[in-house]
Amino acid sequence: MLESLKEFAGHFFVTGEPLIYMSDVAIVVVSLAIVFTLTYLKKWKWLWKEWLTTVDHKKIGIMYLISALLMLFRGGVDALLMRTQLALPNLHFLDPQHYNEIFTTHGTIMILFMAMPFLFALFNIVVPLQIGARDVAFPYLNAISFWLFFFGALLFNLSFVIGGSPDAGWVSYPPLTELATDPGPGENFYLLSLQISGIGSIATGINFIVTILKMRAPGMTLMKMPLFSWSVLASCIIIVFAFPALTVALALLMFDRLFGTHFFTMLHGGNPMMYINLFWVWGHPEVYIAVLPAFGVISEVVATFSRKSVFGYKSMVAALMVITVINYLVWAHHFFTMGASAGVNAYFAVATMLVGIPTGVKVFNWLFTMFRGRIRLTLPMLWAIAFIPCFAIGGATGVMLAAAPADYQYHNSFFLIAHFHQTLIGGVVFGLLAGLYYWWPKMFGFILDERLGKWAFWFFNIGFYVCFMPMYALGFMGMTRRVYTYPAETGWTGLNFVSTIGAYLMGIGFLLIVAQVLYSIKYGKRDVTGDPWDGRTLEWALPSPVPHYNFARIPEVSELDAWWHMKQNGETLAAQNKKAPLEPIHMPKNTGRPFIMGVFFFIAGFGFVFNWFWMGAIGLIGVVITLIARSQERDTEYEIPAEEIRRTESALGRL
Amino acid sequence: MKSRWWKGLILGAFSLFALTGCSEKYPVLHPVGPVGEQELFLIKFSTLLAAIVVIPVIALLIFIVYRYRDKPDNQAPYQPEWSESKTLEFVWWAIPILIIGILGAVTAKQTFALTHPPKNSGEPLTIQVTSLDWKWVFMYPDQHIATVNYAEIPAGRPIQFVLTADAPMNSFWVPALGGQEYAMPGMAMRLWLQADKTGTFEGKGANFTGKGFAHMTFDVKSVNESDFNKWVADVKKSAPALTKAGYKELRKPSVMGKKSFSSYPKDLFMDTVMKNGGKYMNNHWMMMDQQEKQMDHHDH
Repeated sequence: MLESLKEFAGHFFVTGEPLIYMSDVAIVVVSLAIVFTLTYLKKWKWLWKEWLTTVDHKKIGIMYLISALLMLFRGGVDALLMRTQLALPNLHFLDPQHYNEIFTTHGTIMILFMAMPFLFALFNIVVPLQIGARDVAFPYLNAISFWLFFFGALLFNLSFVIGGSPDAGWVSYPPLTELATDPGPGENFYLLSLQISGIGSIATGINFIVTILKMRAPGMTLMKMPLFSWSVLASCIIIVFAFPALTVALALLMFDRLFGTHFFTMLHGGNPMMYINLFWVWGHPEVYIAVLPAFGVISEVVATFSRKSVFGYKSMVAALMVITVINYLVWAHHFFTMGASAGVNAYFAVATMLVGIPTGVKVFNWLFTMFRGRIRLTLPMLWAIAFIPCFAIGGATGVMLAAAPADYQYHNSFFLIAHFHQTLIGGVVFGLLAGLYYWWPKMFGFILDERLGKWAFWFFNIGFYVCFMPMYALGFMGMTRRVYTYPAETGWTGLNFVSTIGAYLMGIGFLLIVAQVLYSIKYGKRDVTGDPWDGRTLEWALPSPVPHYNFARIPEVSELDAWWHMKQNGETLAAQNKKAPLEPIHMPKNTGRPFIMGVFFFIAGFGFVFNWFWMGAIGLIGVVITLIARSQERDTEYEIPAEEIRRTESALGRL
Repeated sequence: MKSRWWKGLILGAFSLFALTGCSEKYPVLHPVGPVGEQELFLIKFSTLLAAIVVIPVIALLIFIVYRYRDKPDNQAPYQPEWSESKTLEFVWWAIPILIIGILGAVTAKQTFALTHPPKNSGEPLTIQVTSLDWKWVFMYPDQHIATVNYAEIPAGRPIQFVLTADAPMNSFWVPALGGQEYAMPGMAMRLWLQADKTGTFEGKGANFTGKGFAHMTFDVKSVNESDFNKWVADVKKSAPALTKAGYKELRKPSVMGKKSFSSYPKDLFMDTVMKNGGKYMNNHWMMMDQQEKQMDHHDH
C-alpha cells in the first residue's frame, strides 16, 4: 500500500530537481502566508463579498491586472532562467528536458496568461467609463470570463510541480505532441488550461462588442467614440472570429490524446498540418488581438500629453478596421517552409506585407499628433514615445520576414525570436505599461511615483535593446530557436552573453516597477480631482477611484474628445448631474456562481489532465448545475436609492 | 541627451550587424550557392525598403519630441485643433502601398523562381533525407549509399533533397546553402540547393523535436566531381551495409556521430514515407516523382 502510494507520488509530483523543490516550498509558504494574513485580519468575508463574488467591471479589471502582473513575474523568471542557460556554451544549469519545459511555459504564460489578462484589465477598467456606461453589457458573463481565465491559469501553473509541465513549445505541434512522443500529463495541462481560459476570452469578446455597440452615452456616435474603445471593438471582433479555431485545434488534439482519435497523428490517416493551420488561423489574429488595444492606448496617451487632438481620427479608425479584416488572411506566413506551393506562399507573403500598411499609417498619425502640440514627458508618454521606434523596427523586420524566400532563412531562427519579441514587448507590453501608468490614478486614486518609474523605464528599455538586438545577428549566424545549448565553435557566445545581460537589465526594470508600486501605495501623490493628466475623454470627468455605479447621470455627448470639449465650454460633471433630478440606479447583484463555476471547470480540467474521467465528469456536471442554477435565478438586481447617489456625488464634489 | 541615447543604440546595433557580418560565422550573409544568394538579395532589398520608412520615422520622432516640448519658453507653433490633412494622409498611405507593391512583386517572382533550379544548371543529384530522433539519414538513390549526419555533394550541380521524417516534424536547414524546408512524416518534400564552392557547411534541424533536438547538427561537404565519385566508391567498398534491423536501431531516440553505409534496403525511403501516412496523402506529383526515380534505378 505504501509502495503504491510512493509510486503514485513519484509520478504525480515532479521530483529530482532542486529548483522544483524550492518552488514547492515557496508555494506552500506563500499560500500559508495568505491564509494566515486573511484569518488574522478577519478578511475572509471581505474577500468573498468584495472580490470573489463581484460583477463590477472595475474590480474585475483590477483582478485581471493583479493576475497579469503575477504572471509577468513568472514568465520573466522563465526568461531569465533560459537566458542564463544560454549565456555561455555547453552550460548545464538547466538540462534539456527542463529547458524545453521552461521555454514552453514562458511563451504560453506571456501570451495567454500575461498579455491577455493585462489587455482585459484595461478593457474592463476603461471602456465602460470612456463610453459613459454603468457597466458592461453582461456583468455576470464578465465575472465568468475572469474566473475561467483564473482557473485555467491556475491549472497551467500547477503543472510544473504536479505532473510535469508541457514541453513542446507554446505552439504544441503534433506529431510531437501526440501520445507516441509526448506521453504524460504535461501536454494535457496545456490543452485543458488553454481551452478553459479560451472560453472566457470568447465571452469577453462578445461582451465588449455588445457593450460598445449598444451602451454608448447618448450623442456618442461611433465616430465620436475614443480611439481606445475603437481598438477594443476591433480586438474583440478578432477574438470572436479567431478563438473558435483554437478551440477546435485544442479539442481535436485532446481527443487524440485522451480518446485515441487520429486527427493529427502520423499514422491512421491523421494529418499534423491540419493542426498547424488551425492553430495559426487563431495564432496570427491573436497577436493583433494583443496589439490593437496597445495602439488604442498610444492614441489616447499621445493626444493627451501633446495637448492636441489625435491626428487623422477617420484614418485611424479606417486603419483599425482594415487591419481587423486583413490580419485574418495572413496566417500561413508562420509556416512558409512547410512546403506549400509557390502560389500559396506568394499570396501569403503579399497579404502579410499589406497588413503592415495601415500600421505604418497609424505611426505617422501619432507623430503628427505630437507635431505642433505641447509634449509633456510623463511616464505614460515616455512609454508611448519608446513604443514608436521599437514597434517600427519590429514591424519592419516583420515585412522582411514576410518575403517568403527570405523567410526560408529566417524561419525558426533567432531572427524570428527577435522580431516577435520586439513587436510583442515594444508594441504590446510598452503600450500596456503606458496604459497602466495612464489609468492607474483612475483605478486606485493615487499616481505612481515618477522618479522610480523613470529608473524602471530606462533599465527596461536599454535592457530590451541589449537583449534582443544581438538576436537578429544570431539568426544570421544560423542559431535556431528552442536549443538548450550550443557548442563554442559556432562563435555564438559573445552575442548570447550580451543578450543575457540585457535580460537581467529588464529584470531589474521589472523589480523597479514593483518597488514603484509599493512605494507609491504609501507615498504616491493622491489624485484628488479625478483628472490628474488634464485628460480628453469621459473617464477623466469621474472622481478617482470611481464610485460603484460610475455615472450618477449618464452624460450627454456631442463631440469627439467629449470631456475636453466640456472643459473648454466650462461644463463640469456636476453641471451634467444637476440637469435633472437623480434617479435610483439598478445594479446587478454580486454572485458566487461564476467563482464556483470556475472551481468546477478546474476540477474537470484537472481530472482530464490525468485521464481520471470520473473527476472530469464530476467537474462538468458541476458546471452544468451552475448554469441551470443561474437560469433559475430571478433576483439578480438591486437598486441604489437616489438619496445615496446624491450623498456620494456631493462628497466627491460632483454635485 | 535623450536623442543621443536613441541614436547611439541604433548605430550600435547596425554596426554590430555590419562589422561582425564580415565572416563565415554568418552563413546567411555569406551564401555559397545560387539559392542562398537569391535569398540574401531579397533580405538586403527588403531591409532597404523597410529602412525607407523606419529611418524617417525615428528621425521625425527625435525632432518632434525635441521641438515641441511643453516648456514655458518654447516658441514653436502650437496648433491644438489641427488634426486633419488630406495631403499628408495621401502621402503616408501611398508611399507604403508603393513600397509594398514593389517588394510584393519581387517577392512573388522569386518565390516562383526558387521552386526549381534554372534550366541550364547541370544534372541534378537526388539525395533523400530522413529526419529521425535525433539524427539525419541521407540516402543516395543513384549511388545506393547512405550516410548519417553528413552528406558529400558535388560542387556546381543542383542537389534535389527529398525530405521526410520518421519522427516528429523537423526542418532541414543548411544556412550557407540556402533556406530550409520541413521534413514531415508521410510526406516527400522537395528542396533544391546548390554549392558553387567547395567546403564544409553546417546543417541543423530547425523545428523542435524534443530532448535531443539541439544536437541534430550535420555537415554538408561540397567537393569537386571527381572527389565526389571517389568518396562514393570508397563508401561502397569499405562501409558496412545498412540493414532493416540497422535502420530500426537508428530509429530509436539517440544522438550519434557520423556513419556511412555501402548500401541500404531497396525502397527504404518510399516505404518510410508510405508507412507514415503517405498512402493518405494526395501529393501525387511528389509521390510519382519519387516512384519514377526509384523505378529508373531498378533498371541500372
